[in-house]
Amino acid sequence: MQPETARFKELSRAALANDQLQRSMVATGPQFVLKRAKARAALPEFDDLRNAARDIKNHVLAHLDVYLEKFEARVQAAGGHVHWAETAEEARAIILNICAAKKARLITKGKSMVSEEVGLNEALEGAGHTPVETDLGEYLIQIRNERPSHIIAPAVHLRREQIEADFRRVHTDLDPARDLSHIPALVEEARRVLRQNYLDADVGITGANFLVAGTGSAIIVTNEGNGDLTRLMPETHIVITSIEKIVPTLEDASTLLRVLARSATGQDISTYTTLMTGPRRAADPDGPEEFHIVLLDNGRSQVLGTEFQDMLRCIRCGACLNHCPVYQAVGGHAYGWVYPGPIGSVVTPALIGIENAANLPNASTFCGRCEDVCPVRIPLPRLLRHWREREFEQHLTPRTVRSGLGAWAFLAKRPKLYGLAMRLAARFLNWRGRAGRIASLPLARGWTRTRDLPAAQGKTFTELWRERQK
Amino acid sequence: MSARETILARIRSRLPGTEAARRDAVELHLAAHGANLVPLRGLGDGDHRLSLFTRLMTGVGGSVETVETLADVVQAVAAHMAAAGLPPSLRKGADTTLAHLPWHRAPGLTLLSGPADPADHTTLSLAFAGVAESGTVLLLSGPDNPATLNFLPELHMVVLPASRLVSCYEDVWPLLRASQGDGLMPSTLNMISGPSRTADIEQTIVRPAHGPRDLHVIIVVGA
Repeated sequence: MQPETARFKELSRAALANDQLQRSMVATGPQFVLKRAKARAALPEFDDLRNAARDIKNHVLAHLDVYLEKFEARVQAAGGHVHWAETAEEARAIILNICAAKKARLITKGKSMVSEEVGLNEALEGAGHTPVETDLGEYLIQIRNERPSHIIAPAVHLRREQIEADFRRVHTDLDPARDLSHIPALVEEARRVLRQNYLDADVGITGANFLVAGTGSAIIVTNEGNGDLTRLMPETHIVITSIEKIVPTLEDASTLLRVLARSATGQDISTYTTLMTGPRRAADPDGPEEFHIVLLDNGRSQVLGTEFQDMLRCIRCGACLNHCPVYQAVGGHAYGWVYPGPIGSVVTPALIGIENAANLPNASTFCGRCEDVCPVRIPLPRLLRHWREREFEQHLTPRTVRSGLGAWAFLAKRPKLYGLAMRLAARFLNWRGRAGRIASLPLARGWTRTRDLPAAQGKTFTELWRERQK
Repeated sequence: MSARETILARIRSRLPGTEAARRDAVELHLAAHGANLVPLRGLGDGDHRLSLFTRLMTGVGGSVETVETLADVVQAVAAHMAAAGLPPSLRKGADTTLAHLPWHRAPGLTLLSGPADPADHTTLSLAFAGVAESGTVLLLSGPDNPATLNFLPELHMVVLPASRLVSCYEDVWPLLRASQGDGLMPSTLNMISGPSRTADIEQTIVRPAHGPRDLHVIIVVGA
């Protein structure tokens, strides 16, 4: 999928002017925050569990080679196949090969961000297969030919009226006079339409939330049950996932499950948590006859051992999106690629290169809420700052910003001159203000075009401090 | 070099310590099956576990009833199906506990066996265990309790012996290792905490999405 990250500012402006999107964000954003807060309040150990979750992921990352080998051996012992993909292209090729060997026509899919990352649906369609997304949110964006706008709620940007119009446009074999004026009717229609797809599918593809090294199990969590029907009904099940999803034991998975759903949707646990280990056994009457796991790297191993390593702890709960003032203002599509929000702004440069994602680390006010709510305590503002450093080092920052920073650095290294400049500036900003506000200011039109700048009071902090010391 | 070799070599080149030390640490960690911090909420006697499980399961739209003996399950099943207005046809797997129930006490009930059929309205499974801390039942796939029974019907009923209702997930895993062998798993293990739902449209919770409309757990006090 072609990243549009370079268009962040343009897409953000369009998002801010999009009434429908703004209504969706205002209606749903606070709900996520409230649900997580309630779940946290109901479990006194929640913040300590986050420490435990962080420690588990750190332990895994420090022993990742061995855990990956252990996981692989367990999957193979259970009768499954493990495929390694260094790049998105390799992952697509592996899956296309399997689907071609199975002569697959219809392919059902459970929700998978890694599948979005490698652009799997386009590849499947290009090879003549018909992929059908079965998670309701993913199905909605598939029929609209859109990208997910949120990691766990891909259609959070849509309103009911839009979905009704889409269903009438796509489900043309149904009665045009049917009532779709309320949300349960839309869900019921999706259930009926998708049910037949589960039964007809030749291959099912899901992602994985965790991979348990000690047992060779891939874990998926869903509320709908779509992931399970995607695994159980077709003859072949493929899991596409990435190398950092490993956890050592079922005990460790338990700890992560306790923080995942609470952080994501405020549930104690998702409705369906499924541990999938190999294909059906000889005596089993159901389940897939063939089971494949595709382990994608796509730049992740290069993050190990760098100042960015902490991002690999991410369990994709979406809490940082829900608590981010920037994400809540512009929505997920403005970020221009697969992973939006604070974690997206950290992960995207690692996966597609900072030269292709230079806008994203700047899409933050550094308010720190993302780090406050992260279930594995990823220091997101720090990682964003590291990317800004890289951006500066590689001369990706705009010339005006660089010369501004240069001027400031010149002054900052000369304390007396700096003091003088600040005193002059404070007086100028005081003189310029009317009723404590400045409506327009040279060199700061980017700010004053849409809002006032508070006027300075006339003296600098250092001056006031000196006066108080007397 | 294959992708596997390339990826593993790159990871190794970036990790601290020696590979031998990492192998030792991993073996130790996997063998210990160590529990991390376990929340207190599920810990307590049978009454506590039962009341917490019931509160959480009903809180997410599931239903729970208790019966005294395994034999009482038959009446409970038939009554619940009738109350739900579903046809008197019930699908279950080959599980011997369920097979040995006095089904003759529900003469109007047609028993079907094997994996679920898309036309099935009602299915019955025996849970491997239940977990109080999140109101969760665990089911193991296989001929005894085929996994499709958990997802295709309108109504999924689950029999849970009270002796298998434990406090927390960490209490289940030793039982699982005892039943399957260390490191071994059934093809599919389902942890189910309520009926199917979605909140994908405007964050409004709607039941069901793709799975069962109703999940009914019958806890057998004397089993």
